[in-house]
Amino acid sequence: MSESSLLLETPLNAAHRRLGARMVDFAGWDMPVQYPTGILAEHRAVRGNVGVFDLSHMGRVVLHGRDAVQLAQVCATRDLARVRDGEAAYSLLCLDDGGILDDVIAYRRGAEEVLFVFNASNRVVDTEQTLSQRQRRGLSVDVDDRTLTTALIGLQGPAAQATLEPLCDVDLEQLAGYSFLQARVDGAPVFVSRTGYTGEDGFELMVDAEQAEGLWELLLSQPTQPVACGLGARDTLRTEAGFALYGHEIDRTTSPFEARLGWVVNLDKDDFVGREALVRQKADGVERRLVGLTVASGGVPRPETPVVDDGTPVGQVTSGTHSPTLQRSIALAYVPLPLAGTGQQLAVEVRGRELSAEVTRLPFVPHHFRPRAQA
Amino acid sequence: MSESAGNPPDRRYTSEHEWIKADGDEYVVGITSFAQDQLGDIVYVELPKVGDHVEAGTAFGVIESVKTASDLYAPVSGEVVAVNASLVEQPQAVNDDPYSGGWMIRIKADDTSALDELLTADQYTAQIGD
Repeated sequence: MSESSLLLETPLNAAHRRLGARMVDFAGWDMPVQYPTGILAEHRAVRGNVGVFDLSHMGRVVLHGRDAVQLAQVCATRDLARVRDGEAAYSLLCLDDGGILDDVIAYRRGAEEVLFVFNASNRVVDTEQTLSQRQRRGLSVDVDDRTLTTALIGLQGPAAQATLEPLCDVDLEQLAGYSFLQARVDGAPVFVSRTGYTGEDGFELMVDAEQAEGLWELLLSQPTQPVACGLGARDTLRTEAGFALYGHEIDRTTSPFEARLGWVVNLDKDDFVGREALVRQKADGVERRLVGLTVASGGVPRPETPVVDDGTPVGQVTSGTHSPTLQRSIALAYVPLPLAGTGQQLAVEVRGRELSAEVTRLPFVPHHFRPRAQA
Repeated sequence: MSESAGNPPDRRYTSEHEWIKADGDEYVVGITSFAQDQLGDIVYVELPKVGDHVEAGTAFGVIESVKTASDLYAPVSGEVVAVNASLVEQPQAVNDDPYSGGWMIRIKADDTSALDELLTADQYTAQIGD
């Protein structure tokens, strides 16, 4: 496997190979795209039972020190003052021009500590922006990239709690959505958050790299029979859930408002990177909007598939797949605002043939995650 | 799954991972077990119409898995006399049974000697074993 020699490996690399995973280069990491069970079976395990994911390629950067929350506030579009200690929030990092640098989960671990979880492909640029903001504003905070010394394991699906509870020294029933705590799992310290990106209930577990393989094997050996899931199932699951993926729905050229992510942009917050541009964008309005499309049979729309209205190209698919749950093709696409209403009839052009496509309310498959704790 | 075994010796193969098997004076075409394994879960198969003429080495259809779409290439030229319509509803038959129930088209070959140019099971097995 000489081609993998330049790739980063997670602490679970050997475990994936033992399971017979098909490995791919994902953002410079040697990652499992699927196991021999196949994407459809992995997907169904998460919707109907429980799946386990290696998410260790995602960036994990801890801001620690007196000005940790202030630095996080400057970087993130969301007002993290409204997030309590012990809670996490989905947010964006933007550029000065309002384009999206990345989407992140910010965990408030205390008055002086915030954990950012970044996309693997953006870990370096996100960290650079964080460091440059620290310097520009003279903030007193350590920025510590722990990606290579820790692992992150996702446990997702309706049986996630039943899988983890017997192994864990805390009452998970009390853990609300987007909350987290420090627990012991089989004696090892584990950072447990009730988060995920599949639309199902579930947890994400951060552990020291040395503990990762033991935890992975322990989870897979539980009586609920969790299924190891790769990046392929992760993609079909998040698409059904209507969640954006960096490099597809969002990137430096997209506005949060056209990507339906205005709800994580708190313009009333003092100052953050991109605020001025985003105030203007909000006032001017956007011309296109991300929508869900349910597509007639006849092929699977893929990224860059044209969206047409009365024979005229009006937009592009950003993510498209066969939905294992709905048993039909679905897509996320940008279309002009006047064509973005639910029920709008459009078409996608797959291999030169138009397949009818209807604008569909997102998510395609209802979310089942736990609600946040009430304020 | 072993990728270098299980290719039936009763048919010929292409380097693009199709198989072709004589059945009376007609020929049945499908994709190999190696191909379906590489593609992953098949979710859509697009086939020609009965009466269409397919050309050796050119695409006669498309197969799509969750992750990707691939062309299907005709092993020899000929007229399509039947297609496996059950694949519209049950595309996973290509994964489950690539050498029988997952067949794709049945053709009347223009020139049956063209089959001699194709790979034997041993040759194909050696090729994918590389």
